Amino acid sequence: MKIKLPQKLVSSALLESARLRWFKFRKNLLSVVGLLIVIGVILIALLGPYIAPYPEHAGFYMNLQESSMPPSLEHLFGTDDFGRDILSRVIFGFQYSMLMAVVILLLVIPPGVVLGLIAGYYRETWVDQVVMRVSDIFIAVPPLVLALAICSVLTPSVFNAMMAVSLMWWPWYSRLTYSVASALKNEYFVQASETIGASSLHIIFREILPNCWGPLLTKITLDVGWVILIGAALSFVGLGAQPPTADLGTMVAEGGKFMPESWWISLFPALAIATIILGFNLLGDGIRDMFTEEVR
Amino acid sequence: MKLSIYVARRTIYVIFTIIGLSIFVFILARVLPGDPARMMAGSTAPEYIVERLREQLRLNKPLYEQYFYWVMDITRFDLGYSIYTRRSVTLDVMQYLPISLELIFLSALFEIGGGFILGPIAGRYSYKWPDNFIRLLCYVGISLPAFVWAIILQLVFTFWIPVFPTQGFLDVAPPAHLTGLTMLDSLISGRFDAFVDVLKHMTLPALALAIPAFTQDARIIRSGMVENKEKDYITMALSRGLPEWVVTSKYLLKPSVIPAVTVMGLSIASMMGNAFLVETVFSWPGFSKYGMNVMMNKDLNAIVAVVLIIGVIYAVLNIVVDVIVAYLDPRIRLVEKGE
Repeated sequence: MKIKLPQKLVSSALLESARLRWFKFRKNLLSVVGLLIVIGVILIALLGPYIAPYPEHAGFYMNLQESSMPPSLEHLFGTDDFGRDILSRVIFGFQYSMLMAVVILLLVIPPGVVLGLIAGYYRETWVDQVVMRVSDIFIAVPPLVLALAICSVLTPSVFNAMMAVSLMWWPWYSRLTYSVASALKNEYFVQASETIGASSLHIIFREILPNCWGPLLTKITLDVGWVILIGAALSFVGLGAQPPTADLGTMVAEGGKFMPESWWISLFPALAIATIILGFNLLGDGIRDMFTEEVR
Repeated sequence: MKLSIYVARRTIYVIFTIIGLSIFVFILARVLPGDPARMMAGSTAPEYIVERLREQLRLNKPLYEQYFYWVMDITRFDLGYSIYTRRSVTLDVMQYLPISLELIFLSALFEIGGGFILGPIAGRYSYKWPDNFIRLLCYVGISLPAFVWAIILQLVFTFWIPVFPTQGFLDVAPPAHLTGLTMLDSLISGRFDAFVDVLKHMTLPALALAIPAFTQDARIIRSGMVENKEKDYITMALSRGLPEWVVTSKYLLKPSVIPAVTVMGLSIASMMGNAFLVETVFSWPGFSKYGMNVMMNKDLNAIVAVVLIIGVIYAVLNIVVDVIVAYLDPRIRLVEKGE
């Protein structure tokens, strides 16, 4: 049996809750700043080749006459040891980091979420035990260590780095949806669906999953920052993106060799990493505020 | 309450996890590289040497049998031979692990100190200037990864204001080897110059590891305090006329600190991971630097040992944290009992 609510009622209720959420979000200035930073980062990443002052400096390029120049009007962030414009490379680094974060999260979220939901719904059965104990294994070591270990055994490349990080990351999503699903399992609306004979598939994806969006969205936003950080860490030690790719982690590492004198080679890519992480952190906090019940 | 049963149950879970981890690591070292014998011998080695190595490593046996022998070796503390240091991995671990543990220990002290000072101040003066200042500080702290902090600290405190040594571990003669923990050894043997020297070398890397961690803790403590301030029991305590500092330090702080304790445990454990980069920046000759080196040299036995040992440390720390949290928060114990 299907009960149909009048469409108008549903949409106006949705609009009302969306308005309330936006109000909660807007109340905190820092969240808005975070949103602006994130929009800025995404725009820079998308428009990279068009706004970079020297797009040809992204890859292999050499101009030793302009090697290691301090910040100036022609090169706002200075140049590196090959004479490449650091501002341009940072812009391409944004593109690279965002691409990496998006690919990893796309690989990680669907399996992680589905496994967590199933384990949570079939709580205290063998399904729960198997899924959660396997996820424990991947959480048993700091993600950076296992990712480093996997990358070191394979040939270092961006693809392998992304695979390694993905393998480390899905359990966090399983844990999250598991906790929501196992808490909701005994709620009346789930029991009601069971009583009228809804399939498990329907209950898991249409009744329980919609309740996960709040925490999931918060986690995804915060995770963009952390994934980029791990990617940068892997490239920093040379197990991720390989030079001459314009990757922020690689740039920080390369600049480390010229550290006290040519500080700008490392500093600006490092600040770029910080900006991305800061932006996504602020935005994530804002989204969390949006989904908390009471307005403080 | 039976805290012991709670601990025992957690321990059993952890043992299963470690067994799972060992299977995973085994696959990582024996299956992923294709031919481990060829990797160990090097690409120029003649075929008969690789064949002999294969025989020696039991690589021609079925996988489950290989795994069994490997586990038997580990229980005898035989972690194999390192092609990077050309000696037993167990010896390497005994040499490098204490040096890293000292670093993590100091770092954990910084983390706990920083978190428990900044968090409560921000929570007490919420939405006033100390809070705004600390919150800003915390955002800066968490948005830079530990290895970037390492570079910044190195730049500022060794090049621009040279108060700390740039890198390394000890500039004076090492103290007598008693426990392997250099700071403890130098104290026991009365070598205070060595103690101060190690401490000087350790400060910056420990700080680099601690900054992202304690800023996170401070944030959690602060938000917990802000949330709990609205609760009825605080209003009640205040309206009964209890001094404000008593309410803050006694009734407000304790429940707010509990989530931070869990996070602290996790972040102290994950310092082992961040230390991989920080130790490399400061050339700190510890376990993580060793891990980094063996990974760069594809030294399979040593990689496996490093991952497993970090897994065990992580697991033990997690149990310790669970016990502390269960001790602080009676609700957790009661829920466990109610099951």
